[in-house]
Amino acid sequence: MSEHLWRVLSLQDHNTRVVIFGTAILGFAAGLVGCLTLLRRRALVGDALAHAALPGIAGAFLIATAMGGEGKSLPILLAGATVSGLFGIVSILLIRKMTRIKEDAALGIILSVYFGLGVALLGIVTQMNRGNAAGLESFIYGKTATMTAGDARLIAVASAICVLICIALLKEFKLLCFDEAFAGARGYPVVLLDAVLMSVVVVVTIVGLQAVGLVLVIALLVIPAASARFWTDRLVVMMVIASVLGMTGSFVGAAVSAMLPRLPSGAMIVLAAGFGFLVSFLIGTRRGVLVRLWRRRKLNESIDHQHLLRELYEMFELDPSRVSVPYEELLERRSWSRKRLRRMLEQASREGWITENVSKMEFALTDRGETEAKRLTRRHRLWELYLIRYADIAPQRVDRDADAIEHVLEPEIVAELETLLDNELGKTRMPDDPHADGVAS
Amino acid sequence: MMGFDWNWQLDGWIVAAGILCAVASSLLGCFLLLRRMSLLGDAISHAVLPGLAGAFLISGSRSSIWMFVGAVIVGVLTALLSDFIHNRGQVDEGASMGVVFTTLFASGLLMIVVAADRVDLDPGCVLYGAIEQTPLDKWDFPWLGIAVPRVVVVLSIVTLVNALFVGLFFKELKISTFDAALATASGFSASLIHYALMTLVAVTAVACFESVGNILVVAMLIVPPATAYLLTNRLRTMVILSCLIAAVSAWGGHVMAIVIPSWFGFRSTTTAGMMSVAAGCAFMLAFLFAPNQGLLPRLVRQQWLRWSILADDVLTLLYRIEESARIGVSHSASADGSTFAVTAMPLTQTVPWVAETLLTNRFAVKWAIRYLSWRGRVEPAKANEPGSESAESSEAASVLPKLTAVGRREAETIVRSHRLWEQYLVTKVDVAEERLHAKADRFEHFTDREMQEQLDEQTDSPSIDPHGRPIPNPDQD
Amino acid sequence: MDPIALSVDDLTVAYHRKPVIWDVEFEIPQGKLVGVVGPNGAGKSTLLKAIMDLIPKASGRVEVFGKPYHQSLHRVGYVPQRESVDWDFPVDALDVVTMGLYRRVGWCLPIRKKHRDAAREALARVGIADLAHRQISQLSGGQQQRTFLARALVQDADLYLMDEPLAAVDAATEAAIVELLKQMQADGKTAVVIHHDLQSVPEYFDHVVLLNMRVVASGRTEDVFTNENLQKTYGGRLTLLDEATEAMRRRERGI
Repeated sequence: MSEHLWRVLSLQDHNTRVVIFGTAILGFAAGLVGCLTLLRRRALVGDALAHAALPGIAGAFLIATAMGGEGKSLPILLAGATVSGLFGIVSILLIRKMTRIKEDAALGIILSVYFGLGVALLGIVTQMNRGNAAGLESFIYGKTATMTAGDARLIAVASAICVLICIALLKEFKLLCFDEAFAGARGYPVVLLDAVLMSVVVVVTIVGLQAVGLVLVIALLVIPAASARFWTDRLVVMMVIASVLGMTGSFVGAAVSAMLPRLPSGAMIVLAAGFGFLVSFLIGTRRGVLVRLWRRRKLNESIDHQHLLRELYEMFELDPSRVSVPYEELLERRSWSRKRLRRMLEQASREGWITENVSKMEFALTDRGETEAKRLTRRHRLWELYLIRYADIAPQRVDRDADAIEHVLEPEIVAELETLLDNELGKTRMPDDPHADGVAS
Repeated sequence: MMGFDWNWQLDGWIVAAGILCAVASSLLGCFLLLRRMSLLGDAISHAVLPGLAGAFLISGSRSSIWMFVGAVIVGVLTALLSDFIHNRGQVDEGASMGVVFTTLFASGLLMIVVAADRVDLDPGCVLYGAIEQTPLDKWDFPWLGIAVPRVVVVLSIVTLVNALFVGLFFKELKISTFDAALATASGFSASLIHYALMTLVAVTAVACFESVGNILVVAMLIVPPATAYLLTNRLRTMVILSCLIAAVSAWGGHVMAIVIPSWFGFRSTTTAGMMSVAAGCAFMLAFLFAPNQGLLPRLVRQQWLRWSILADDVLTLLYRIEESARIGVSHSASADGSTFAVTAMPLTQTVPWVAETLLTNRFAVKWAIRYLSWRGRVEPAKANEPGSESAESSEAASVLPKLTAVGRREAETIVRSHRLWEQYLVTKVDVAEERLHAKADRFEHFTDREMQEQLDEQTDSPSIDPHGRPIPNPDQD
Repeated sequence: MDPIALSVDDLTVAYHRKPVIWDVEFEIPQGKLVGVVGPNGAGKSTLLKAIMDLIPKASGRVEVFGKPYHQSLHRVGYVPQRESVDWDFPVDALDVVTMGLYRRVGWCLPIRKKHRDAAREALARVGIADLAHRQISQLSGGQQQRTFLARALVQDADLYLMDEPLAAVDAATEAAIVELLKQMQADGKTAVVIHHDLQSVPEYFDHVVLLNMRVVASGRTEDVFTNENLQKTYGGRLTLLDEATEAMRRRERGI
């Protein structure tokens, strides 16, 4: 077993080498192109296209065989697939333009009707008594294991052309996907650009058919691109990540399937890509769900922390003679639950902001804590002042609004406004609490 | 009667299964289409595969009920997962669907391979089914006296459930499809309806898959409703029509599957595939010929409109010639400077001149005159003058006809509209003088009686237009 | 007499054969700040799009600096409505501004340093130079609008067409944009700005086009921006005209 594993991973076997090389290149190209279709909000066009290719494959086989040729030659089949795929795209556009049927239904109509036609033609193909027709069904599920060196070369050339087109027209495609109207206003031939992009999708889809099959080729176009978006906010980086993810997924899937030949390679490739999506969805550094949850939690914690210090500062400010503040009194100041307050206090004392007298449940600010609390309170009151003066907000509401704003605003804006108010109040003076009505002064 | 091998015992049941599946799917499909969720049907029907395989692996039996439950659960899960990824991950709706259903489908394929040692679960069966084997697996119903295929029984139940759902909750479905917020505000949960619909789609997909394959489910979920959508504007009619279309295409599909290959010397082909092709044909027919939305009727209507505008134009031109002759005489008697409107008219008006004036060709003008005289609006001008009979035929044909009384009345109405519009555009809209005629020329053909009265009222019933010509009023003659 | 920057003659645009703007005609002299004002659905955006050949015209002629649009498009800068694009798109503010230079960079060629510098400069002019590398979804509404403005500025055009640049922006942004417009005018540029706030029209613009399906009035603000004209603009459409065009549409679609 381990010997077999080694043989696969070191690509000693010629056949394995061809298969892994072919699918990896395909994954790379599909990831790249998929980014553009995803951003153009056409993620599922590949789905319709792949299904629409089936009648072309079966038809090409029938015609080639009827004319006495070798029906199963890949170029002929792919040519047939391309023709009927393009027909499918044109039909979708016609339906969308000439009727009131929306894009999704148009995709569905083409997908199912063309596929039905393909299945019907396949039904005839299987009667042709040539014995070799069975291979056609591999286009539905994909059968990477039968890939020949010639097939892999075809994939490599087609993928390379697609990748080159995408790189050469990168900025034009970027503009097309982002702001079609602006592209038109600048005199770009929008329809032509769109046609080029769709042709690239057609080529990748058709070439991918035989690697992973027509139900799953859509996965190669959609999954890596959707996964990449979780990691970055930059288009070029997203395209690189998607390509790498697509390539890795294909590599892993094909390798697993080479090691355990019973497992279908198409399914394995998609599952590998799907796993990549799951990981990205959870821990993608930009938009991953867990990362976002964690960030929100951090924000909430820091807000709690600031509120706590401010409350303490204000309690000491009201009565400068007191030494410490009891837990129960603190609890009444805000709608904190006991558990939450407990956690906040523990953390603050661990970080050295407050000192805790455990037996009496009393708390006091450390020197460091007092400086920080003073800074926070000052900032909060500056904000309140700003809101009262410039935003016409009633003093009763100011506290809540200032709370909401000061935690979410950009630091540079806070700095700007603080300088603005500093100039009026002087650098160090602590503004009075606007709610206090002179009590604190 | 039928020129091919048709066996009611076999083909009858196949068609019955196909029709049931088609009707069950298209009932729900109408609402999917209107909610722009057609592709969710596609996703769900692909994704039931792992449910079937998983249920088999867990329960270890091929018992239908387990597989049914498993598949339905995964089907609903597809909808939920897509929603979840779309909302939580901020992923494009289509893409999140694509991610979910391809991954599920792939895992289903994998499970089938793993289970292959123990059971024969053909993935091909999922995609394009085995409707041809419908009659082989029958249940006996002694009290009915016949044996009904199991598939037909199951599909009948599903169709009944779907029909009941659509029938009982028609109003709720309608409101929640049209305006989900309104539905929620008026006291029932739109999302409840949404998930009920999704569940039924999953149930239908699963029930159909083993008999007809998911390709037919997808086709019948989308194509007949889309066809019906082109034919009618009313939801109730749309639902009924789509069921009819679905049933007809199921029947036609089976016939096609038997007949068409025989032309080329083959045996029959996959019925499920042909059924969706038949639905596609129905869609294409509607696309081309639907009375309101169809391509050809629209072309014909446009052509007819252009044609009737031309006829109107010829009629009014004849009226203007008459008018200028009338006014021209009276004017030349009094003052010769104020006849500017008439000076453009040449002394002998012929068909080529009319064609030139109306920017069209002689052929069209001749046809328009023929049409007008058929409708009794004009009559040949020289019929009662003996002198002209000797003239060459080509000359005679290019001489213009005269208006009949009916024709004059109609022409007066149109000219009245035209001049009222000119007056309105000058006084109320400040349209530039040089464009006045062109704008009014367009509107005059679309002005009905009511609009004419309003125009008259708003322009204070003028008797002459901005160019100084009288505004005729056929009612006061 | 100033030379004419933009002239529109007999322009009619129909969506699904229903006219959105009808028989629109006006001229704009060079070096003016022009406000296009009218109620919702008056066809203001449609007018701009039709000027730029983005939607088919049913009839009419548009001339920009005396030539058809496609011959002088390098002299026109466009600021679309902010809602018209997906702000989740994975680009940063600098990328968006650089898009204004794509035509100058040329097909298939990469963006070079001088283009990025020009884009930075434009961002500095609208006052958000420090946000160049921020992803556009993390910009505030006002900052997004400024980014769009910078993208038009970087083209160094002579005529700017702006679709509601002052809609839903904060007061600071509004002041900055107006300041920028005045500055552009001082440089001899012409700007046609769709505007929704009637209060500020006399303050911001020296030329006004009042639009409601057709041009109610156009000309210098002090001549044209009168109560009477506003009443005509906002006092509802000419019902008969609407009815006639509706009848036309119905007959042509055969419903």
